[in-house]
Amino acid sequence: MNAPVSQRVVGNTSARYKAGVLKYKQMGYWVPDYVPKSTDVIALFRITPQPGVDADEAAAAVAGESSTATWTVVWTDRLTACDEYRAKAYRVDPVPNTGPGTETEQQYFAYIAYDIDLFEEGSIANLTASIIGNVFGFKPLKALRLEDMRLPVAYVKTYKGPPTGIVVERERLDKFGRPLLGATTKPKLGLSGKNYGRVVYEALKGGLDFVKDDENINSQPFMHWRDRFLYVMEAVNRAQAATGEVKGHYLNITAGTMEEMYRRGEFAKELGSCVVMIDLVIGYTAIQSIAGWARDNDMILHLHRAGHGTYTRQKNHGISFRVISKWMRLAGVDHIHAGTAVGKLEGDPLTVQGFYNVLREPYNDVDLQRGLFFEQDWAGMRKVMPVASGGIHAGQMHQLVDLFGDDVILQFGGGTIGHPQGIQAGATANRVALEAIVKARNEGRDLKSEGPEILTHAARSCAPLEAALETWKNVSFNYTSTDTPDFVPTATASA
Amino acid sequence: MRITQGTFSFLPDLSDAEIQAQVAYAQRQGWALSVEYTDDPHPRNCFWEMWGLPMFDLKDPAGVVLEVNECRKAFPRHYIKVNAFDATRGFETVRLSFIVNRPADEPGFGLLRQEVQGRSIRYTLQPYVTAKPEGRRY
Repeated sequence: MNAPVSQRVVGNTSARYKAGVLKYKQMGYWVPDYVPKSTDVIALFRITPQPGVDADEAAAAVAGESSTATWTVVWTDRLTACDEYRAKAYRVDPVPNTGPGTETEQQYFAYIAYDIDLFEEGSIANLTASIIGNVFGFKPLKALRLEDMRLPVAYVKTYKGPPTGIVVERERLDKFGRPLLGATTKPKLGLSGKNYGRVVYEALKGGLDFVKDDENINSQPFMHWRDRFLYVMEAVNRAQAATGEVKGHYLNITAGTMEEMYRRGEFAKELGSCVVMIDLVIGYTAIQSIAGWARDNDMILHLHRAGHGTYTRQKNHGISFRVISKWMRLAGVDHIHAGTAVGKLEGDPLTVQGFYNVLREPYNDVDLQRGLFFEQDWAGMRKVMPVASGGIHAGQMHQLVDLFGDDVILQFGGGTIGHPQGIQAGATANRVALEAIVKARNEGRDLKSEGPEILTHAARSCAPLEAALETWKNVSFNYTSTDTPDFVPTATASA
Repeated sequence: MRITQGTFSFLPDLSDAEIQAQVAYAQRQGWALSVEYTDDPHPRNCFWEMWGLPMFDLKDPAGVVLEVNECRKAFPRHYIKVNAFDATRGFETVRLSFIVNRPADEPGFGLLRQEVQGRSIRYTLQPYVTAKPEGRRY
């Protein structure tokens, strides 16, 4: 049990509320013996204090500035149940491999618990206004990063979550047992509506399940949005007739106002599209609004994480993408770009697997190697389909299936459209490679060691795959990741 | 044309041994196998006819292949697929589904375009074979 707050803090309430300035620790934001309640929201921050600021005080300051505190004592606290509403920093651990003797200055993991009543139901905007609202510019900290959050079931249940979810999406598309395949239309800017639709048709007919608008395709002078929607839907329907499969194209309805986004969404619906797309830069409230619209209109909702790299990539400051993943599952998107590990964009394999687990598991265990610091019960909330996109090609199919399993969309943009024999051939190469790898895995073959051989064998009866393997055989992006796990497995004595 | 529904339609047709290997994989995951058939290949036709109930308690992959072959005997020119169903909480859905029989000639689909307001078009996908009654299509 927790001791009463008054005994833990300064004891003397009249001294506590005397006008003036106290340390955050003295004001009651550092409670080392606090045991979080099952209904508390918990945040884990990575803190780099300024020289001379001790870690406990820095953690208390973060707790204070992200909940009830201001820089000075205010008597009006005494009109509230302020002991309950104060966030409580209750644990501070040095981050492994930081501090003296390492290349990185000393960092700390600070655990902070927040009472559930601090947050409005079903509002990511309200949650984030507290947790990341003011505190990231706070002077006593050199840098601050939100690493992970534990969201209590009572809070999770105030959100509706993904409008469709992995299970229902697969049933609607009638596609099971393998990752879905997609591609982003290239070049991302400049094509006319008719030429754009051509790319979509070729890729879908060749074997992809989805084609995608890029994040910055909205309604430019070379292609207005209605033109794009009309030609794309012709392409989608023609490809469905040519294959007998359900096909889709993520029509990006991102626009300058919500009114305009709804207008574009309505037109996509009228034309019979099964999916629409938005960009992360539209903001949390806009995402929640369009999620509600998607739910009302049986629409799959694709989210491109445009802009996230500005705050997720550097390890010492910003927000981990695992937290963005949690927020987006609550906010309610069906697809989200979550990294490839092997492609052209940032992503350490274990860290990326951590994002995937957050998006698509019913329950997350603590998994420090993958950056998951808390257990997280998703309370039946639908699952988000992660999207792996950016610099991947058919020759990596065994690695992708091995890393991510079946519930993922693998998107090969350049790896489809850049195929030497054309877009249809590029799409066919990817689909054959995928089906061959899944079939072999199910037969019990080891993808890590036998993958290249399985692909070569499949290419014997598929000329497009043979050409793809030859074209991109030496392409890989082996750069050191910046966002890496802090905890690595250690060999045990017996090992 | 070749209808490419199902998990392995871009690969050469699976042999009985290959079907059995996939069935064995599904059974190792604890999934229940079932066989379904149809002569309406519309991609939104989600209710194919059931060849008996899902084989919840069957642990022998050869038994499923036997059912596939019985179904092939009864409906040699129909589409037949094998489904693997996962009753785990959070899934409760099909996890693997692949075609194991198809007609020799697949005429495909017509695309009907109804021109409506502006330049909008309402699309209807029409399998050529469904102009004929069920059972007399292939």
